[in-house]
Amino acid sequence: MRWPRPSASSPSGPEVARTLADLAPGERGRVTAVGGDADAARRLMDLGVIRGTTVEVIRTAPLGDPLEVRLRGFMLTLRRSEAEHITVD
Amino acid sequence: MEVVDAGAVIPAPPAPSPSRTTPGGGVSRVALIGNPNTGKSTLFNALTGMRQRVGNYSGVTVERVEGSYCDGPGRVLTVIDLPGTYSLSAASPDEEIALSVLLGRTGEVEAPDVVVVVVDAQNLERNLFLASQVLELGLPTVVALNQVDAAEAAGMQVDAVELTLQLGVPVVPTVATRGEGLDVLKGAIRRAAELPRPERQFSLPAEAEQALAPVRACLLEAGLSRSAAAMEALRLLSVGRADGHLGGIPGLAESLERAQAALEAAGLHPRSLEAESRYGWIAEVVDAAVQRRATGAKSLTDRIDAVVLHRVWGPLIFLGLMALVFQSIFTWAEPLMDLVEGGFAALGGGVGALLPEGDLRSLVVDGIIAGVGSVLVFLPQITILFLFLGFLEDTGYMARAAFIMDRFMRGVGLHGRSFIPLLSGYACAVPGVMAARTIESRKDRLATIMVLPLMSCSARIPVYTLLIGTFIPSLTVAGIFDLQGLTLLAMYLLGTVTALAVAAVFKRTLLRGQVRPMIMELPPYRLPRLRVLLLTVWHRASMFLKRAGTVILAISVVLWALATYPKTEVAPGTPDEIAQEHQLENSILGAAGHAIEPLVRPLGYDWKIGVSIVSSFAAREVFVSTMGTIYGVGSEADEQSGALRDRLRTERDAAGAPVYTPLVAVGLMVFYVFALMCVSTVAVVHRETGGGRAGLKWAAFQFGYMLALAYGSAWVVYRAGLALGLGT
Repeated sequence: MRWPRPSASSPSGPEVARTLADLAPGERGRVTAVGGDADAARRLMDLGVIRGTTVEVIRTAPLGDPLEVRLRGFMLTLRRSEAEHITVD
Repeated sequence: MEVVDAGAVIPAPPAPSPSRTTPGGGVSRVALIGNPNTGKSTLFNALTGMRQRVGNYSGVTVERVEGSYCDGPGRVLTVIDLPGTYSLSAASPDEEIALSVLLGRTGEVEAPDVVVVVVDAQNLERNLFLASQVLELGLPTVVALNQVDAAEAAGMQVDAVELTLQLGVPVVPTVATRGEGLDVLKGAIRRAAELPRPERQFSLPAEAEQALAPVRACLLEAGLSRSAAAMEALRLLSVGRADGHLGGIPGLAESLERAQAALEAAGLHPRSLEAESRYGWIAEVVDAAVQRRATGAKSLTDRIDAVVLHRVWGPLIFLGLMALVFQSIFTWAEPLMDLVEGGFAALGGGVGALLPEGDLRSLVVDGIIAGVGSVLVFLPQITILFLFLGFLEDTGYMARAAFIMDRFMRGVGLHGRSFIPLLSGYACAVPGVMAARTIESRKDRLATIMVLPLMSCSARIPVYTLLIGTFIPSLTVAGIFDLQGLTLLAMYLLGTVTALAVAAVFKRTLLRGQVRPMIMELPPYRLPRLRVLLLTVWHRASMFLKRAGTVILAISVVLWALATYPKTEVAPGTPDEIAQEHQLENSILGAAGHAIEPLVRPLGYDWKIGVSIVSSFAAREVFVSTMGTIYGVGSEADEQSGALRDRLRTERDAAGAPVYTPLVAVGLMVFYVFALMCVSTVAVVHRETGGGRAGLKWAAFQFGYMLALAYGSAWVVYRAGLALGLGT
């Protein structure tokens, strides 16, 4: 596995889930959960960000935020603060 | 006589019925719905041509666009172009309107007889989400599979027949930009009402069906159709509350809560159930109907974005584009402006020669023609700006601008989307305020609207141009810059920086609220359709023309009258110039100017500047024409007028000191950077902030704070300048 899970003794807890915000440009992840603000989550789900969707981070904006991601053949932007609530594996 | 009588007896052929579809009868109302960037507007234009009406849904700031087309003799169909949405979740005003129109629950728009879902063939998965929601409403539905040509170019073959079988409604391939497939689409619309009604094409887990049954029952009782009730029940589950148009249904909230609890107990996720069920079904549909040929090549959009959104090149290109827009205002528009100006001068001269000397000639030539002409001279500039903004929007660059600027805008508590309306504010606050509709959060929208008129719009340009050209010397600074140009730039920066600062203050105080998500599609780049672009520009430019034709015309006439009456008798032989000054000083306008002189005196202004400021409450550019009237240069009064500039330079007060020093001019410009001198903006803000009392409150607040800011800043500039010895 490319991303070893933190050991059970790690101070940050037994298992820190990776989120979309942790992916570097060019990396892909499969969505495992969409959380955070209910409105934002529903909006993302309407656009097809649901469990099992493959999302690829394309780039970050010149000022570091928001992110541009590709899913289902189209480009979506979202802020890091929203991407942090989308867990991926 | 007999013929007429006979005509009264023989029944006239039945007029096309405006009423709802009768079994086997005609279709009279068609609604277009679809995701943004699917070519829906292009399809709407292709169907309806120039027969369009643009209005507003009452109470909300959602544009209501309707058109019509003739489908055979006597069969005129009304087409409602619903706002572009990604879903019917009713999470934004746009979605809420789209859903209530389809359900016939708006009270002002009749439910459509046929719904056309415009679907982008290149982006079938996401587009089918909305389509699947619409299908469940159970209305006669036709799917327009648009941009099939682009999909094929991208290596995608969409099988329309397979899609028809999967969706249970006719699917018509179209290329709206070339008008392909329109006849087939019209035929499908004509016959859609005779086909079996569409319904949900997938099934929910048994537990979910069971849990939702009471919610459905509740909605059925409230008058929804069977299929609409099923769709709404699922939607409410994902929204998590009974909202908007379903707010008042008794027992709904309780049954919804019980359904959520039951689903959670069964191990299902109530919030994601709808999206996951729909996308699960969509995956099967797409599998069956779409054949992909891996092209391997990066798409054109990817290649453009690699440059346009690049860390270094992106912002540079952005700045370059903005510079180009500014360049276009000041250079490209000039020949056209000369043309308009020359036209009005010729018109004034021609009409003047036809009318006898007297009040009527003065009214027509000096009042109406000169007044309206001084405003219409900006039409070329404004049109070029609208063209630019429309071009950036239609190509897809505007979304990129929001992407690049979001981090920056967030610094002041706003959204990347606020950037587009604010940018439009450089052309004219009116379309900018209207463009703020795309901002979902009400508080963000209000903050954007409240600061938008601080962006220096083109109506300020004549004020700046007159004052800079007259009082700021054309010196070369640092080898390449001109002091006049730098002064102009400083005024733009002052307005922009203040707008952002004020927005930050509002977002932290008056309009404090939760940070809104910035979830936005970056659409593929597209070559704009000239027709659509020109139509947009025409809609916007004609708004400006209407304003010139009504408000400015009225103000010109009133001002002329105020400056002309009561008449002052002068001794025969008095030079015209002196006579005019006497006349003005003793007129109603002169009296008003004298009355407010104590108020503007601390800013270094005399009564004549006071008069010009008061008269520019109508529109900033009126300042220039009023100055022209006051200084008796009449019809030549524009910001380039040499006569007016000379008069201003040589104007002396009672003590013989010059009235206009560069310091007064700078203070006056600063005043105009901040003051909301524009009746049209006030009217639009009133409408866009909710109308009625609420809108009045916001509009009055905006006018007040901007006037206070203007007065205070002009005072500081003048006083500080005097203290520094810059008074002469």
